[in-house]
Order: sequence, then structure tokens, then C-alpha cells
Amino acid sequence: MANAGLQLTIQERGVQTLVIPAGDWLIQDLSLVDERLVELRNATQAINIVFDFSQLSRIDMAGAFVLSRLVRDGAYPNGDFHFEGEHPYARKLILAALDNSNVCPMPKSRPHFRDILIRAGQAIDDMWQDLVGTMAFAGRLFQTLGSACMNPSRLRPASIMSVAEEAGINALPIVALLSFFMGAVMAFLSANMLSRLGMSLFTVDLVGVMMLREMAVVITAVILAGRSNSAFTAQIGSMKMQQEIDAMNVLGIDPFEALVVPRVIACVLMFPLLVFAAMVSGIIGGALVAWAELGISLNLFIARLVEVVEVKHFWVGMSKAPVFALIIALIGCRQGMLVENNVESLGRRTTMSVVQALFAIILVDALFALVYMELNI
Amino acid sequence: MSLPLDPIIEVTGVQNAFGSHVVHHDLNLQVMRGEVLGLVGGSGSGKSVLMNTILGLREPQAGTVRVLGTDIASASPCALIALSRRWGVLFQNGALFSALSVRENVKAPMREHTDLSDRLMNELADLRISLAGLEPDAGAKLPAELSGGMRKRAALARALALDPELLFLDEPTAGLDPIAAAAFDELILELKATLGLTVFMVTHDLDSLHTICDRVAVLADQKVEIVAPINELLRSNHPWVKEYFHGPRGRAALGGNGQMGIGA
Repeated sequence: MANAGLQLTIQERGVQTLVIPAGDWLIQDLSLVDERLVELRNATQAINIVFDFSQLSRIDMAGAFVLSRLVRDGAYPNGDFHFEGEHPYARKLILAALDNSNVCPMPKSRPHFRDILIRAGQAIDDMWQDLVGTMAFAGRLFQTLGSACMNPSRLRPASIMSVAEEAGINALPIVALLSFFMGAVMAFLSANMLSRLGMSLFTVDLVGVMMLREMAVVITAVILAGRSNSAFTAQIGSMKMQQEIDAMNVLGIDPFEALVVPRVIACVLMFPLLVFAAMVSGIIGGALVAWAELGISLNLFIARLVEVVEVKHFWVGMSKAPVFALIIALIGCRQGMLVENNVESLGRRTTMSVVQALFAIILVDALFALVYMELNI
Repeated sequence: MSLPLDPIIEVTGVQNAFGSHVVHHDLNLQVMRGEVLGLVGGSGSGKSVLMNTILGLREPQAGTVRVLGTDIASASPCALIALSRRWGVLFQNGALFSALSVRENVKAPMREHTDLSDRLMNELADLRISLAGLEPDAGAKLPAELSGGMRKRAALARALALDPELLFLDEPTAGLDPIAAAAFDELILELKATLGLTVFMVTHDLDSLHTICDRVAVLADQKVEIVAPINELLRSNHPWVKEYFHGPRGRAALGGNGQMGIGA
């Protein structure tokens, strides 16, 4: 069917205003006449409007609606005197539009200076509540963990294994690769500076200590915060949206025991292994650069490493691993549990979980550094 | 009811399979302009797969689907967009955009396909919301704040936003209480009468089948076995059809209908 163009003629007939719609009055063309009709409505009394449908071909609900506005406020919107000319269904549609002319009240949103203060205050309060909430969550976790350890049959080896594979083993290549590059970059930078002082052999010390003490564990934590922590939030969050958590509760399965504990255990077990891999590949990266750039042979590199880098640096790095793993699993699971029944909240919680985890990792790392410095380790 | 012979949906020789599991084999179906066609079939018989195939969400392994004269498989992206503004789809769970208010949801298709002013879009959205049987205060709410029945109505309002010629309904009354379901049926009938809609609906609701469907298509054994008005179906000898309409629930719906005298 070809579209007959939409046309509108308005004629004065004594005191009456004759509105003659012609052609197809379909929704896609209504912008042509909307303004004119609104002006007409403001200029004339509803009681004087008369529609002449004799030239109208097709009309849809939207077309009927824009016409119905002209007579809506009159005393007899459906009075016979409003309608002239035959059309199979135009009047019926206008009547339906008149019956449904309700306006949805919308909340007014006028930004006010006070609102900014309120929101800032709320944000600070939210931060505090979040901290308290995370502590409470950790408390509940330790309680559940404790009671599960008393009764090891309640640990779920199958889910621990699957999380360990997904969050641990599958993360190995990326952790090793990134750590390798970090080691190489560190060696490059230090080689550049130290060789000018004639102390290029100190590159080995620098790469060794930095990798073991700080870089390996922080890189691994950052990768896991982006990789596994967000996955935990999304998994648990969508389970919550699908009412799976509710189903566990009514079946007498503690969602904490079934979902949170295995993830925490798997993370705490796998994280030190990942950190170890990161240390090794970081040092390999450093050694390769030292060999290519400074001519330090692999043998010399290893000999120097063993000679100057104390084993305590390794333990300092390793000691942080379980703590970071706990933080990542804890925050990921907690944010997942807080997801509400809409997509927006899932997205917000996932973002928040990654941001909080990264924040917490850097903060705790700084605390560790302070403590170890005071202890002279 | 006599229908003009003008097929608005033509499904010809469609084959759908998941791996080795064949869902549809050489399936044919025609939906005529102005009719309400109900599609029934057992669970897993591929009702939703068929609807998704017609909507172009799923490409069949063989066969053609023509909707409103457009071949879904070979149509250009432009033609598909043009088509999408001539049909409205009510998904089973509403599929409302959860980040948008009900009014914004209804405005979404108008925003995409028309150049109407924001004020007129608001007015038209409110009209659809009211037409779909929602109270005005629902307009500002988010989908998550609505009950299941209200979500269906909001989704219907969105499906009707562009005055479509063809309306797809996927189990529109599932999950509604009998009163709400009857009201929904009334609403569809009323819309069909005022707007001249063609309706393709997947349903299990025997009352809906009796009340609003002009013809019922039975999906069984990988194809559409029978397409007939419900009264003819009741006389059919097909074992599944007999079981479906003459089982305890079928008889109850039939009896209830007679007593209450619901009918168009």
C-alpha cells in the first residue's frame, strides 16, 4: 500500500472550526501537524471543533490521539456535533484515545545545590556502611569457615576444584606473561640508569628484590581483581537475580557455605602458587634483558641473585598472598550477594567490586610495607 | 468469521534442528490479515523456536519465512528495520529495558523510528500505558518495581507503541491470575477491534484459545498438524489434540466458557 500523504486543512465555518484531516494519519508523519494542532487547541474552544473525515484514508491510534486532543477538554468530547463525514473507524479510535488520555505523573528532577551536599554526605556514609558491611561479611565468613572445618564433609571439594581451575590455573598464562614483561621493563629501566654509574650488576639486586617483595604479588592481585573478583560478583549476582539464592535458602542450603566458602578457599590455596609463578617469570624476564642489554650471563645472574637477595624477601612477598586472595574473594562474593533484581545493579556491583578490591589491595600492601619496615624485615 | 485471503505471515518448508535434534521438519503455516492465530503444542515442541524463526531471531536450516511481504532471510538490513516498525512483540517475560522507566520503555521504539517531538512522544506513551490497562502512576516506575501482570501490560504498551499491524504474543496470560488473564484477553480483543490488528500468539491458556483465537494451529510431530477454528479442532481425531482439549483441564475450560457465556 502506498502512503497517501498526510494533509490537514483547517477552515472557519461561522463560529465553528472545521478540521479536515486527509490522506494517511499514521504515527511516522505526525510531526508534520503536531505543532499546528497544539496551536489550534490553544486558539479555539473545544466545543466549536468539527472533524470532517470524508477525505481521510487510514488513521492509527496515534493519529486519532493528536486529533482527540482538540475536543478532549470540551463538555461533550464524543458529541455527534463534533463529527462529520464517514470513516469506518476514525471516530471509534478517537473515542478510545479519549478514554485513555491520562497523563503519567513524573517525579520532578530539579538539581539543587542542597542535593549535591546531600549526595556527598550520602556517599561518605555509604563508604562507612560498606566498610562495616565488609567486616560483617568477613566475620560471617570466618564463622562459616570455622564450622565447616570442624565438619570437613561440609566443605565442597568439587566446587573448590572448579573455582581453583577457573580462577587459578586458567589465570596462570596471563599472570606469568604480564609478570615477565614487568620484570623485563624493570631490568631495562634500572640497566639504563645503573650502567651510567657503572653499577650495572645491581640490576640483578633490584629486579630480584622488587619482584619477590612487591611486584609479583601486586601484579597477581591486580589481575585476579580484574579477572576473578568480577567473575564472582557476576556469577553470584546473576544467581541472585534468577532466585537461585532464594532456592538454596528454602532447600536448607546455606548459600554462604555453598558459594562463598569454596571461592575463598580456592583463592587462598591457588593465589600463592600464582604468585610463585609470577616471581619466577618476572625474574626470567629480568634475566633475559640483563643478558641482552648488559651482557650479564644467566649463570652470573643466578649467582648474584643467590648471593645478594635474601630469602626473606621471598617470604615477605608470599606472606601477602593469602591476605590478598582473601580480600579479592571476599569483596567479589559480597558485592555479588548485594545485587538486586535488575541489570543496572549487576553492572554497578561488578564495577564496585573491582574498584574496591583494587583499592583494598593497594591499601593493605602499603600497610604491609609499613609494618615490615618497622620490623626491619 | 470469514477472512480475506491475504497471508500476513507465510512460513514455508521450515527446518529447524539443534545438532541432531530436529525440532521442525518441513513446517508450513499461514497467518491471515486480521485474524488472531493461537499456536499450541506440548512443552518442547518448538513453539518459541517457531516464533523466533518468524521474527528473524533464528535462522532456519531450510525454508522461507515471509512476514508482511518481506522475506526475512534475504531482506536487506534496511528492509528489516522497516519491518520492525510494523510489528510489535510481547516477549514471555516482558523483556522491558530494566534501566528505563515504563514511559521511557514505551518511548524507545518511537525514538528509534519517528521524528516526533519529545512532548508528543510523552503524550503518546501515556496513551499506550493507559490503553494497556496500567494506572498513570506506573509510567514513572522501573520494570523491577512492577508486578508480573503489570510488567506484561507495560510490555504490551511498548509492543503497541508504533501502532503495528501485526502483534506477536508469547504466552501473554501465563503467570497472570484468572481475573487478570481474562482482562488481558478482553484487552487483546478490544485492540483487535479498534486497531484491526493481526495477532500471532503462543499460548497454553485454554480460555484464551476459546475466547480470542479465530484459528488455532497445533504444533506436533515437528510440523503444524492442524490449523482450524477451535470448534473444528474439538472434533479432531488427532490423539494429541484430543488429549489436549478433552483432558480434564480442556473440558473445564470448555464447560466454564459455556456457562459464563464469554465470547466475542
